[in-house]
Amino acid sequence: MAVLVLVDHDGATVSQPTRSTVAAATKLGEVHALVLGGAAAAAAAAAMPGVTKVLQTEDALYAHALAEPVAALLIALAPGYSHLLAPASAAGKNVMPRVAALLDVQVLSDIAGVVDADTFVRPIYAGNALATVKSADAKKVITVRAASFDPVPASGGSGTIETVATAADPGLSAFLGAEIAKSERPELTAAKIVVSGGRAMGSAENFAIIEALADRLGAAVGASRAAVDAGYAPNDHQVGQTGKIVAPELYVAVGISGAIQHLAGMKDSKVIVAINKDEEAPIFSVADYGLVADLFKALPELETELAKK
Amino acid sequence: MERGPRAAAIMFPNNAQETAEPMKVLVPVKRVVDYNVKVRVKADGTGVETANVKMSMNPFDEIGVEEAVRLKEKGVASEIIAVSAGPTACQEQIRTALAMGADRGILIEHDGVLEPLAVAKLLKAVVAKESPELIILGKQAIDDDMNATGQMLAALLGWAQGTYASKIESADGGLKVTREIDGGLEILQLKLPAIITTDLRLNEPRYASLPNIMKARKKPIETVKPADLGVDVTPRLTVLKVEEPAKRQAGKKVGSVQELVDKLRNEAKVI
Repeated sequence: MAVLVLVDHDGATVSQPTRSTVAAATKLGEVHALVLGGAAAAAAAAAMPGVTKVLQTEDALYAHALAEPVAALLIALAPGYSHLLAPASAAGKNVMPRVAALLDVQVLSDIAGVVDADTFVRPIYAGNALATVKSADAKKVITVRAASFDPVPASGGSGTIETVATAADPGLSAFLGAEIAKSERPELTAAKIVVSGGRAMGSAENFAIIEALADRLGAAVGASRAAVDAGYAPNDHQVGQTGKIVAPELYVAVGISGAIQHLAGMKDSKVIVAINKDEEAPIFSVADYGLVADLFKALPELETELAKK
Repeated sequence: MERGPRAAAIMFPNNAQETAEPMKVLVPVKRVVDYNVKVRVKADGTGVETANVKMSMNPFDEIGVEEAVRLKEKGVASEIIAVSAGPTACQEQIRTALAMGADRGILIEHDGVLEPLAVAKLLKAVVAKESPELIILGKQAIDDDMNATGQMLAALLGWAQGTYASKIESADGGLKVTREIDGGLEILQLKLPAIITTDLRLNEPRYASLPNIMKARKKPIETVKPADLGVDVTPRLTVLKVEEPAKRQAGKKVGSVQELVDKLRNEAKVI
């Protein structure tokens, strides 16, 4: 039986976490992709190597990916699939447990490894332990930790595209609006470089120097939970167990002490740089390169140095 | 409950809910290893060490209790019922909720593993008895990190769900919920009854005062078993092993910004 991946897209391209989810799905069977959106998004999904078929619907009912109608649609499609997967994005985490409960199965959240068709590895306790769990349920409903799977390429595939029928409208919720921060910077979970600031930044205004460094490096901006709690950065910048899980090529932690919950969100980064004036800060225990310095001196210097070449 | 809708509306004239009946709110609370504890994987790989470890209410559930108490203070909620599923000791977390302002508690006593699907089924059975109009849960528990119970309960009840909420307002006979999503915020209108799951910025939970802790001791806690509720809680997942993730080696300290940039360019080759 084939497996179905729920696609996150921006109308034109498929998100990188979705491509990682397809990578996980290919270990389980023939991959079909469900696209709630238009022709360009469907074409982008069909171009992922490994995807043999794209199921597409442009029905306005799914325009804002409300959990109740999307779950109803997945339930209508579920009989044809052994596994239903979505990236562990805000959208995927919202809808997949609802789907699982409707199928009377236990959802497998945030998997970081596929052992076999029934057995998966998932982090627990903020990533301080890895559990290998075997599901006894006939059908598996899964969200995938993108940082744990190398994404499939965005092109090279040639899946077919077909339209799916609209499922029932539960009529329980309505979309009123959204405030999406406009940013030229790369998306946090897909960025090759992430620069994050912590509580030591001291104020929301001071966060501008993190942003300046990020722009110099073409990086995404992140923040520790402490910085978010203090109001220095918006919540969707939060890196950590209660925020985003990232694994970029380079992660620069500035003024971040390195609480367990933050480390859980970034310790799989390839190279970690820590800049902190407290040389005892736990962040140095995971950093490849540590600089003990006052960030307000070091960051302008760093920008100058980076500008030299 | 003595506090009627009229009195509440007079006390809080700005409240949009003035004409609506105040509602019963259910707040599920989970007993978890305290967030400050560094968990250790058991040597035999069967789980993590929980003996002689400080246990607390799941932090996201505390935010849920706080939100319910604030709704009651505004006259939107009439009664708050705190419910916990797990061993007898979960009474401690129910007492914490009672000290924060919940009115009474229900303990669903069970000593084995309870997965989110089973907890959702247990809560659905409680809903059938108590008929709340609103259930506020934490978005995820910090032990199994499943991020599932609220959505699963919403599915089983056929209710609307507003997950990762950072703001809840009464509006048009339902709820207007601001949600934390990737890239920003989203605002949804939910019909009641509804499920809310809390995100960090919804509120800052209060500390229970000593008098309220004393008062909470006299508030009632009813105890039931899964069998009393007619719910099969058999786990669907078998934990084959639990292990520590690969440890990252600490690297080197660099002496200057110049050295750092040089290493990143020429050694790590990441910029």
